Amino acid sequence: MEGQQHPVGLYLKVWGLLFVLSALSYLVDLLHVEGLLRWTLILALMMAKAALIVAVFMHLRWERLALVCVVVIPPAALLVLAGMMATESDYIFSLRSLYPR
Amino acid sequence: MSAQPGAVPSDPEPPRAGWPGRAAELVSDLSGDRQMFYVPWGKAMMWIFLLSDTFIFGTFLTGYMSVRMATTTGWPNPSEVFALTIGGVHLPLILIAIMTFVLISSSGTMAMAVNYAYRRDRRRCAALMAGTAVCGALFVGMQAFEWSKLIAEGVRPWGNPMGSAQFGASFFMITGFHGMHVTAGVIYLAIVAWRVAHGAYERKGYEIVEIAGLYWHFVDLVWVFIFALFYLW
Repeated sequence: MEGQQHPVGLYLKVWGLLFVLSALSYLVDLLHVEGLLRWTLILALMMAKAALIVAVFMHLRWERLALVCVVVIPPAALLVLAGMMATESDYIFSLRSLYPR
Repeated sequence: MSAQPGAVPSDPEPPRAGWPGRAAELVSDLSGDRQMFYVPWGKAMMWIFLLSDTFIFGTFLTGYMSVRMATTTGWPNPSEVFALTIGGVHLPLILIAIMTFVLISSSGTMAMAVNYAYRRDRRRCAALMAGTAVCGALFVGMQAFEWSKLIAEGVRPWGNPMGSAQFGASFFMITGFHGMHVTAGVIYLAIVAWRVAHGAYERKGYEIVEIAGLYWHFVDLVWVFIFALFYLW
């Protein structure tokens, strides 16, 4: 055996699952789901799709832990950036509301 | 072990089951004297490139979040901005949904192409890769249509008739950069598919198909985030 070999059936199943998850996230918009439920559903479906693509299509599930860590851990820094920018944006928003042009 | 170029060196520590086993494998790899990643060098380099690309798109999306949160004017409703009327029926976000399904399908055919490459089924592999490239080209075509439509409606990077001025800048920047990645991917896949069909990798092995596949799946992965955070939010 050479390289990454997995049954084709597995890829077809993941493909189908990605179709269903995409259809569900499209339905969230179509059915006008609003508020907290909307954000939760969008993020949950997004993360599920991303995990399926990375784990199965990109074979990360079968890679050695050293490679998995290199790929998965650094993007956490982006969450820190997003957190800091959210605080900053809130502040700018309050300033703009306080001093409208 | 043969000294073929691109061959994977022998594993000093075979993977073991369970988390203690995987942790031991990680420590062993990190403390190796000669190398850390037991994959072909091209694959390790592609992963590191994709990591850097993750940061590019991550900062774009963070920038988009910042301007959207900080604006005091109403953000245009993407559901309506990207709606189309087909055959007299008003369909919100329909083009984006079709684009999403096309890109996911191309990821599916790409995963199967990798599978057939390692089985040394050259014809099926090249055909599936060509199919992937065609789906990619279709995606870029639909994106060009979407851009033209929005530009005709007066959306510009500095303003638009629907709401917040920052909408156009975010839209053109994020989808433009993604579309550029898809275009580059179509060219990359077409070249590799052509070479696979002509047996260029019979001697070297077919890692290149998996590496090209990693790039393509990454483009699909980025679209998952853009679809959720830009079009649905």
